[in-house]
Amino acid sequence: MASQATPQASPPASPQAIAVLTRLLEARTGQQLASARAWRIDTALRPLMRLRALETLDQLVHLLLGGQEAALSDQIVDALVNNETSFFRESPVFDSVVEATTALEGEGRRARVWCAGCSTGQEPLSLAMLFAERRDKTGRGMPEILGTDVSEGVIHRARQGRYSQFEIQRGLPIRRAVTWFDGDASGEWIAKPELLRHVAYRPLNLMGEGWPIGRFDVILCRNVLLYLSAEAKALMFTRFAEVLRPGGLLVLGAGETVIGQTDRFQPSARVRGFYEPVVGGGRAVA
Amino acid sequence: MKTCLVVDDSKVIRKVARHILETLNFAVSEAADGREALDHCMATPPDVILLDWNMPVMSGMEFLRALRESSIADKPKVVFCTTENGMAHIRAAIEAGADEYVMKPFDRDTLESKLQIVGMA
Ligand SMILES: C[S@@+](CC[C@H](N)C(=O)[O-])C[C@H]1O[C@@H](n2cnc3c(N)ncnc32)[C@H](O)[C@@H]1O
Repeated sequence: MASQATPQASPPASPQAIAVLTRLLEARTGQQLASARAWRIDTALRPLMRLRALETLDQLVHLLLGGQEAALSDQIVDALVNNETSFFRESPVFDSVVEATTALEGEGRRARVWCAGCSTGQEPLSLAMLFAERRDKTGRGMPEILGTDVSEGVIHRARQGRYSQFEIQRGLPIRRAVTWFDGDASGEWIAKPELLRHVAYRPLNLMGEGWPIGRFDVILCRNVLLYLSAEAKALMFTRFAEVLRPGGLLVLGAGETVIGQTDRFQPSARVRGFYEPVVGGGRAVA
Repeated sequence: MKTCLVVDDSKVIRKVARHILETLNFAVSEAADGREALDHCMATPPDVILLDWNMPVMSGMEFLRALRESSIADKPKVVFCTTENGMAHIRAAIEAGADEYVMKPFDRDTLESKLQIVGMA
């Protein structure tokens, strides 16, 4: 029965091929592919294999190691990272970000918010909608919103601001959908230019160089550090602490914490669930 | 336990919706058209209504208008659930008093997300 149900099944990949792929992913992004998620590799890479008429992961790895195709390793990394996201994911967080930002921005100074690991843009756009609604209600200006991600593919999609019917229905209240998006004939929804222009997107590997210049009031890095090694996580926290303004806040995903991971951050006394740099933190060297 | 009334002339859709809603811990009842739904609501108003657009006897819009003018006007949250996915339809539904709007086809995540938005899940 099983063989009938899976006509496309290919021979299982060799442990060596899996090892090459997981090492590539970790070297590029810091992301460790837990063995619990290793089954995803085949599914995730299927489209790349089909494009090249390859049957097995081993053949793909062979091609990768042959180095003939310069873009292949990027494409593999793009396909392997987990890009799962949705509008207003864990929605109360977004109201807290707006509140915290409002408290931080002084008269006349424009606040800066950074979504690090923003995937296809639902997170920064959710913020942009709330800030635009705040502007319409109170006349306060828009903050600068930056969205970055290691995957060029998701940044390309985020810049287009096009979402499928499925994506637009996840987390986004219908009133906001019709206010901030246009429907098109193909059933896709496109963020209106007056919303999209409030978010600047650019590719950025958090493990690499080229971090944004200047300081931020709020940094959201949600559901990104989850699969990083302990050392990589500690490095990220150190770097985030350096680019936050005094009083600035770090926001992690619901299942993430700084506790036991770094001495640079502590739970914020001002905003529940957010984190703030420890003054003088990280100076002590063991 | 929250109660949900599924209003759809398709038995298959009602069954799919019932199944999902039960996994989300709703007590589910069904109606095959707007008239039947209105009778049900007057007798036992549910917490939330999943409402199809095109139905014989009384359409989803006619039902919604009648509901919002009735004595239980604001009680049930109404989530339209329809293949009509044009802006004009959506705006008309909101104007008539719909709280949320699901474009078919839908899955568990979509429905759960919409029910959360109306404070029901
Ligand atoms: C699961 S998504 C989370 C998206 C969004 N922050 C949210 O919570 O809905 C994780 C994103 O982090 C990105 N990412 C992973 N490692 C990264 C790295 N080293 N540098 C930058 N982005 C990274 C992935 O490409 C992916 O888009």
